[in-house]
Amino acid sequence: MADNRADNIFEVSDLRVDVADMTRKPLFGPAPRLEILKGISFTIPRGAVLGIVGGSGSGKTTLGRTMVRLAEPSGGRMLFDGHDIAHLSDAAMRPLRPRIQMIFQDPLSSLNPRLTVGRTVAAPLNARANDPRVGEALEHVGLPANFARRYPHELSGGQRQRVGIARAIAMRPEFILADEIVSGLDVSSQAQVLMLLEKLVAELGLTLAFISHDLSVIRRLCSRVIVLRSGEIVEDAATVDLFERPQHAYTRELLDAIPTPDPSVRW
Amino acid sequence: MSGFLEIRGLSARLAGTGQRLLRSVDISLPAGSVRGLVGESGAGKSMIGKAVLGVLPKAVEVIEGEILLDGQDLQKVSPAERRRLIGAKAALIPQDPLTALNPSRRIGPQITDRLVDILGWTKARAATRALEVLAEVSIPEPERIMRLYPHELSGGMRQRILIASAFAAEPKLIVADEPTTALDVTVQKQILKLISELQARHGTALLFVTHDLGVVSKVCDTLSVLYAGKVVEDTTVERFFAAPQHGYSSALLAATPRHTDPSSSLKPVPREVLDAVAAEVAASDAAWRPSGGARG
Amino acid sequence: MLDGRGSIRRRSGARLWLSAAWLTVFVLAALLAPLISPHDPLAQDLMLGRLPPAWIAGAEPGYWLGTDSLGRDVLSRIIHGARIALVVALIAGTATCLLGSVLGLVAGFYRGWADRLISRLVDIWMAFPPVLFAILLIAVLGTGLTSVILAIVIIDWTRFCRVVRAETLNQSKMDYVHSAKVAGFTRLRTLATEILPNVLPTIIALLTLEMGIAVIVEAILSFVNLSISTDQPTWGGMIAEGRTSIHQAWWVLVFPLIALFLTVLSFAQFGDGLRERFDPVLR
Ligand SMILES: Nc1ncnc2c1ncn2[C@@H]1O[C@H](COP(=O)(O)OP(=O)(O)OP(=O)(O)O)[C@@H](O)[C@H]1O
Ligand SMILES: Nc1ncnc2c1ncn2[C@@H]1O[C@H](COP(=O)(O)OP(=O)(O)OP(=O)(O)O)[C@@H](O)[C@H]1O
Ligand SMILES: [Mg+2]
Ligand SMILES: [Mg+2]
Repeated sequence: MADNRADNIFEVSDLRVDVADMTRKPLFGPAPRLEILKGISFTIPRGAVLGIVGGSGSGKTTLGRTMVRLAEPSGGRMLFDGHDIAHLSDAAMRPLRPRIQMIFQDPLSSLNPRLTVGRTVAAPLNARANDPRVGEALEHVGLPANFARRYPHELSGGQRQRVGIARAIAMRPEFILADEIVSGLDVSSQAQVLMLLEKLVAELGLTLAFISHDLSVIRRLCSRVIVLRSGEIVEDAATVDLFERPQHAYTRELLDAIPTPDPSVRW
Repeated sequence: MSGFLEIRGLSARLAGTGQRLLRSVDISLPAGSVRGLVGESGAGKSMIGKAVLGVLPKAVEVIEGEILLDGQDLQKVSPAERRRLIGAKAALIPQDPLTALNPSRRIGPQITDRLVDILGWTKARAATRALEVLAEVSIPEPERIMRLYPHELSGGMRQRILIASAFAAEPKLIVADEPTTALDVTVQKQILKLISELQARHGTALLFVTHDLGVVSKVCDTLSVLYAGKVVEDTTVERFFAAPQHGYSSALLAATPRHTDPSSSLKPVPREVLDAVAAEVAASDAAWRPSGGARG
Repeated sequence: MLDGRGSIRRRSGARLWLSAAWLTVFVLAALLAPLISPHDPLAQDLMLGRLPPAWIAGAEPGYWLGTDSLGRDVLSRIIHGARIALVVALIAGTATCLLGSVLGLVAGFYRGWADRLISRLVDIWMAFPPVLFAILLIAVLGTGLTSVILAIVIIDWTRFCRVVRAETLNQSKMDYVHSAKVAGFTRLRTLATEILPNVLPTIIALLTLEMGIAVIVEAILSFVNLSISTDQPTWGGMIAEGRTSIHQAWWVLVFPLIALFLTVLSFAQFGDGLRERFDPVLR
């Protein structure tokens, strides 16, 4: 089985994404296109953890949404396990879906307000809310099993975020795109989730793309990091090199702005 | 010393199960100062913020305690009066940016409406002010952004929209519920500086909910550490970082990752510490008697 | 900016139960009309014309709400009139709701040409003044219960369609819909299990409102004599007849009007009450 799998779970080359810019739409005729990703290339080896960092609005979420094919690229190639998924139709994409998951940036909006936590986690498994896998997934992210009966609005922000994580890992995908999933968690829950992800990577060969603003988390978790700026990759380096010898000025700026827990150095 | 915001002995519980969410919380926040509110996920940080703004969920009832905003007890005035007081003096930066914005309306009116409706500004003045605050939170091309819908913005932009919108009216009190979780560190730094500046200029009081002790050390003056709805430590930032008094506080501080140290490993707060603080909360629960009758 | 949910604190209990109580009376009256009505609603007796209600001097025992100019018992006629009202409310309300909601869901969720087609149709439809449209339709379809129901459905589906489409569009922008797609749900499953539960509260509120509206429309059509044949008692017909003798016998007009008013009001309140009671987000 292992032989016919590609070594690289993702191979992205010259990926371009644009949207219609409705604010500049002329009265008649189509709106001009606004390019959000401007030719991005990288690969993710199976079992690796890729960190994606970059300023707000630099296109990280857009890149993630394109990789899980919530958006269709306007150019470039995107191979998942050897298949070019860049322009697959919804129907052709569906058999691949369970293997590629995404955890969304905005936890409340990514949970159906009128489904209980249990049903939210169970639905993609085609299971019932009392399926043992649901309780197990909740336990993994540090939520008591009786949370399965709650609705999203009855949870705290961090609890919602963990429900989103539980839903994705319960499906046992090969690849997870995690969009800013630990920023809303306290250090303790953060440690728990990160250790869980590390375990899944080590034991099940999960591959992760990890979008985060938190460079200390990136440093801990990722083997390789790409730095995005205005839809372009400005740096693509092994984690150690990035932190020890940042090449791009923007990367250095990012590193300098991290608040160290030390009240004697005020801004 | 009496603060701009005084929370005294605030206790709240779930209406259905009677489970307690807040346990005699005391918080004092003088004008022009910043208080950090830290604690694990689900500790009740957002509840405190919602109680102050009068937007507690229906299922949560206040058992006792008072909330004084600029000397006025919010529980004692009529709901209409409370809304007016809060609307004029305080603003909330909510925790979930996307759901706090109306998906079917453009950004611009969502910022200006508040100014026009509550403060009675003219449309033109509100629009000018909106552009100004959007620029202050480093939103590129503010005129264009005002004409977009929430789902056309990145996560960090939405969060900055909410920050800008809270700032626009220059309220006397801002409750910021994890306002920088979606921001990259450079923008975060800029916004935190902006907050400090605003607060110095207008004497704004700020209740700052966050997980990031690094951020706390940069912007806060005082700090409340919350566990299971109970304030286990109430201290100044200097003292907290020099020598935290409570076992839970020191564990939190120890668990904070530092990017400068590659060997720093992930340490959740140890089991024993959690057990000890849980036992402490249980003991204080056993000793607690509601003073006066239950209030809805 | 504040979370709107926090400010919804009304007690829903009373209005849900009051409206449910009246609607139960209404439905029972309609179902059991032949058993419970004290008199034959069509029986005329000119000797007993214009009897006042029971508590006014000159009343005849047994005629609780008095009689009309032809001596027919008002209470019995109201009870029998409830039958037509109920049939119209149920059938016209449900049919309108189904047609409009399905089209609205399809337009809002699938977008594309389906949306363009449906939205254009709605625009064109809404350009007609509804009352004129109804009268025209009845003129073409002929009078009768079926025509009334058809007219209501044909005119009012746009109300559902517009609101449901807008709500579906809003919900479709939420990330939970995207995460359903990522989980591999088919479009139809996403629509049925993710979107529908979130649009349903709106649909139910509209449905109960529409039932009330259907009752009113039927009454209006009866009033202008375009509905059911005149030998069947309807509230609208009674109101029309009562109008001519308002100075001699106000009760002939007022009681059916009260029944109509309570029923329409109860439908709307029942919908809101149901929502507040059973919607997990508002509860
Ligand atoms: N549907 C859309 N229409 C117009 N512009 C869009 C749309 N979607 C995204 N954009 C724009 O694309 C840019 C990149 O957005 P994206 O969400 O990918 O940023 P991000 O890197 O995830 O930022 P953040 O860290 O703030 O979440 C933003 O400027 C945003 O306004
Ligand atoms: N409507 C509700 N019904 C039942 N329980 C609720 C409700 N709202 C909140 N809770 C519970 O109240 C507790 C406190 O929630 P709160 O949102 O204040 O946490 P928090 O400290 O802000 O956590 P986080 O950092 O994760 O946002 C949580 O355990 C949560 O599950
Ligand atoms: Mg993003
Ligand atoms: Mg919170």
